[in-house]
Amino acid sequence: MIRVELAAHLRLLSQVDGEVELQVDAPVTLRAVLDALETRYPVLRGAIRDHVSLQRRAFVRFFACQRDLSHDAPDAPLPDAVAVGKEPLLILGALAGG
Amino acid sequence: MSEVRVLVGTRKGAFVLTADGARGRWEVSGPHFPGWEIYHLNGSPAAPSRLYASQSSGWFGQKIQRSDNGGKTWEPVGDAFAYDGVPGTHQWYDGTQHPWEFKRVWHLAPSLTDPDTVFAGVEDAALFRTTDGGKTWHELSGLRNHGSGPRWQPGAGGMCLHTILFDPSDAKRIFIAISAAGAFRTGDAGTTWRPINRGLTSQYIPNPTAEVGHCVHRIAMHASRPNVLFMQKHWDVMRSDDAGESWQEVSGNLPTDFGFPIEVHAHEPETVYVVPIKSDSEHFPPDGKLRVYRSRTGGNEWEGLTKGLPQRDCYVNVLRDAMSVDSLDPCGVYFGTTGGQVYASRDAGDTWAPIVRDLPAVLSVEAQTLP
Repeated sequence: MIRVELAAHLRLLSQVDGEVELQVDAPVTLRAVLDALETRYPVLRGAIRDHVSLQRRAFVRFFACQRDLSHDAPDAPLPDAVAVGKEPLLILGALAGG
Repeated sequence: MSEVRVLVGTRKGAFVLTADGARGRWEVSGPHFPGWEIYHLNGSPAAPSRLYASQSSGWFGQKIQRSDNGGKTWEPVGDAFAYDGVPGTHQWYDGTQHPWEFKRVWHLAPSLTDPDTVFAGVEDAALFRTTDGGKTWHELSGLRNHGSGPRWQPGAGGMCLHTILFDPSDAKRIFIAISAAGAFRTGDAGTTWRPINRGLTSQYIPNPTAEVGHCVHRIAMHASRPNVLFMQKHWDVMRSDDAGESWQEVSGNLPTDFGFPIEVHAHEPETVYVVPIKSDSEHFPPDGKLRVYRSRTGGNEWEGLTKGLPQRDCYVNVLRDAMSVDSLDPCGVYFGTTGGQVYASRDAGDTWAPIVRDLPAVLSVEAQTLP
């Protein structure tokens, strides 16, 4: 199971508490995880990636295993620790403002 | 006994304020969608329990929420606002051309007759419509493609389509307004549009009497007289008696004619309300006194309404979508401030009292009168 930790605003939208667990077939990539996440929670479509281009929204960041994955290619494999469910993928809002 | 429901959008969530027809004791529900900007909530005139809310965030984009029980519960509906075709460019602040980019929904206007049909005014300026209760949205691109689009420019708040008015006597006639492009009218339900800005004068654009480019802040209409429009422009309060074909200034004795909202009394088509603001660089009331001004003569002659409103050290603003009236008798008038107060008058403006004092900055206020 892939573990995903969402920003508070996204948890509010999707009405989930705590982490989300997703079944994702290999290869486990950012695109595959986001596809699975949006299938489970359609309200998140457009909130993380643009509806049409599927580009990451400018103020959304992806982190895992103490690495910034925000600028990785969407089809690059996620770290093994994420793929085996040992570490969560964090989907957060960028720090902006006071 | 009748009820009133006041829908309040704020910088950090939505609130629903309800009272019986006496309008003396209010229940406050919220925040709904806490932490999100709620630019506008509005109810269907045809089915008042059906509400729509524009929920947005600079981080996570645009969402549309729908309620079928007057705001007790909500469900997300469609939020894909895709411009029709390649949207082209508009004028940027520095006069250069800038790509059209969707940012948020400013204003939601449910149809007068069908609760599943809603019009949405968005930034960057365009008009969208749903006919399936918000599941899908389609642009009425005849407006953006009118031909003057490259001359539209954003006001300080963005290039927003903020006003949508329906003519109750002609389902095909709609008025809209954009900051800073001006007012437009369609007579064929949104297929084609024409600018209706003759008579407006704006010293801050190269040609002060240009066909488009005027920073219209708000337009209001009384349902019984759809040819009579009132406008709060960036500066100047204006009136048209020919459905926007021509405008005349009716600022009269106002202490300043800058401001944002304008509203019409529910039962007196010549009674109009504005909230004068000191200037475009000082967005607060003159002299620290929060005053609503009322004209009973359709403009020019205005009286300041102060009873119950702070008359010293008050430096809040009242934004363009943050004033509304109910349809009880006497007419109730409501407005919200950037300081988080929502004031109500149950006697057409003679006296005021706060319903709430400490909400987040208020972006919009809509009053519903329920049977």
